[in-house]
Amino acid sequence: MRGLTPGYLIRRLGMFVLTVWLGATLIFIIPRLAPSDPVAAMVSRLLAQSGSVEGSAEMIEAWRARFGLDAPPLIQYLRYMRNMLTFNLGYSLTSFPSEVEDMVVRALPWTLGVLSIATVVSFVLGNTVGALLAWRRTPGLVRTLLPLSFTFTAIPFFMLGILLIYIFAFGLDWFPVSGAYGRALTHNWNWEFVKSVIHHGTLPALSIVVTSMGFWGLGMRGMMITTDGEDYMILAQAKGLHPRRIFWLYGVRNALLPQFTALALNLGLIAGGSVLVEYIFAYPGMGYLLYQGIVNTDYTLIQGIVFIMIMGTALGVLMIDLLYPFIDPRITYETR
Amino acid sequence: MTLTWDMQDAKSTDDRDVVLEVKDLRVHYATPLGDVIACNGISFKVYEGETVGLVGESGCGKTTTAMGVLRLVQPPGRIVEGEVLLDGVDVLSLNEEELRRVRWNQISLIPQGAMNSLNPVMRVKDQIGDAIQTHESRAREAVKERILELLNLVGLPARVYNMYPHELSGGMKQRVCIAMAIALNPSLVIADEFTSALDVIVQRVVAQTMLDVKDRLGMSMILIGHDMGLQAQLVDRIAVMYAGNIVEIAPVEDIFEESLHPYTQLLIESIPSIKERKPLKVTEGLTHDLRNPPPGCIFQFRCPYVMEHCREVEPPLRELKPLHEVACHLFEEQDGKIVDISDESVV
Ligand SMILES: Nc1ncnc2c1ncn2[C@@H]1O[C@H](COP(=O)(O)OP(=O)(O)OP(=O)(O)O)[C@@H](O)[C@H]1O
Ligand SMILES: [Mg+2]
Repeated sequence: MRGLTPGYLIRRLGMFVLTVWLGATLIFIIPRLAPSDPVAAMVSRLLAQSGSVEGSAEMIEAWRARFGLDAPPLIQYLRYMRNMLTFNLGYSLTSFPSEVEDMVVRALPWTLGVLSIATVVSFVLGNTVGALLAWRRTPGLVRTLLPLSFTFTAIPFFMLGILLIYIFAFGLDWFPVSGAYGRALTHNWNWEFVKSVIHHGTLPALSIVVTSMGFWGLGMRGMMITTDGEDYMILAQAKGLHPRRIFWLYGVRNALLPQFTALALNLGLIAGGSVLVEYIFAYPGMGYLLYQGIVNTDYTLIQGIVFIMIMGTALGVLMIDLLYPFIDPRITYETR
Repeated sequence: MTLTWDMQDAKSTDDRDVVLEVKDLRVHYATPLGDVIACNGISFKVYEGETVGLVGESGCGKTTTAMGVLRLVQPPGRIVEGEVLLDGVDVLSLNEEELRRVRWNQISLIPQGAMNSLNPVMRVKDQIGDAIQTHESRAREAVKERILELLNLVGLPARVYNMYPHELSGGMKQRVCIAMAIALNPSLVIADEFTSALDVIVQRVVAQTMLDVKDRLGMSMILIGHDMGLQAQLVDRIAVMYAGNIVEIAPVEDIFEESLHPYTQLLIESIPSIKERKPLKVTEGLTHDLRNPPPGCIFQFRCPYVMEHCREVEPPLRELKPLHEVACHLFEEQDGKIVDISDESVV
């Protein structure tokens, strides 16, 4: 039997559940280990604004009860887990009446859009360039020019982001400096709006693509060189197949397998990287929201965002894992 | 022992069509310390329907010769010079596209590493299928029929058609490679140690399959290997290689009954026998560094009969009797007889 066996499916789903559970538990524990008490901090901030000091102790107690922080830890944990699993992410601590869930729902599409497009483009472009670099038939000129596209890998992407803003936003004024769409536009999906979204998303996406494609490219080049020495590549040549067929179906097809594994392993890093990119471009996605949460010590907000990010990353990994048996027919057998 | 040969017989063999003629093929591998001369001016012919064995110890350049003939020498190797005439056309002077058309149509390969020679992510049907479809435009149904026929021919069940390489045993993979090699009825198949990764029983069975297939299709073959016993059963002529040179080439009976070159004799003596236990013959001296061959005969360091002359002049490959060529100073042809000049005796 080939492809998705029930055993494989169960193992991978199990991994997914375990990852999400561990992540959620860590989010629960870590803030509680911190010395500062968020409620006390918030109340004192509120009181400082209004000027009165009276009844602050009662207020703290009331708030603690409001957020369920007076219950024993285990009860808190169980409640927390139930809330997380039902995506009931609670109220934001600093912008109180708004719910974390709403804030996340507003931010998520932006991040998902830019990040997934940038990741796919970078993966495809990087791997293609890397494979061409390793291929003997690639014209010499192309082969000397292609590595230039990797030079930016050495630059941290937030630096590149700043550089891009400086050149293309301030200098040339080709792209907007910040935001996800023009301020004058209302949020409905007409052509004007879509154009604005693409216009705003280009620089953030570009900074991710340009700095990360070298990673894929260099990895792919190495894999292709290894693959090129394989016996089946020589036999493919002996068979007199068209070079293009050998390149794609025999070379790239095999060299790409470890790259997919690397992609799964790096999804977390990529998601984490979005925080800085969005911060630099003031892009209203999850990363930017997380940044605001951290600045305001908004624990529920941070907790909600990190949970969604863990969930999203784990989902991405799960998807790649479930796809893997289809791109590598050997995979379900390895665990035998 | 005196030998006079039947000129009539020799003539009839020479009349056969030559499928492959290799002339002075030289292949070098570039290394930081100089070129490794892996194939040092190889010349031989393969006649129509004939199987030629290419034997010699590991590293003597058998695979390199095969790759040279196929024009598939991998860097850092390169073909320095020579001619490879396949049905009269020099393979080495074709352009890429012409070469691509010749491959598999006229000359195919059963590679040394048959275990790793199948693309792990492609089904058997697609790997045999693309070889066929690249060269012949056939309907999909016809291709399927042909593949099933090929699988049957090499003794594989039809279910292999849909399998991936990792689902096959070593012997099955080997057979898939054989089926693939004969898919287009090429005039020449080069089989590089096609049984070396198999156990003795499977080895014989696969070898038998090979023989059956060959008899039925009537193509020529070059069979590379170091198992002299297996070669004795499979080939018509044997070419013995040593350090990048062919030192003797002769019909298989001649090789086993009256081999001339000291190295050939050494190879034959080292065939293990179950019936009699003989001490393993170890020759002193290793093969020279292939980067700088000595002046004179390449076998001088290991030859028990080495003479002063051997250290100075390289012995050419000479035809001392029809179809029996040897590169050794020990022998001279005198009045239709081969004489061992060390003691003036007739061989
Ligand atoms: N890539 C390479 N770089 C340098 N030297 C090489 C390279 N490939 C092969 N050689 C040398 O060329 C010589 C011939 O190698 P080849 O593979 O043709 O031997 P072979 O007769 O097929 O041996 P075997 O019986 O082990 O398969 C060897 O001495 C080897 O060291
Ligand atoms: Mg070899």
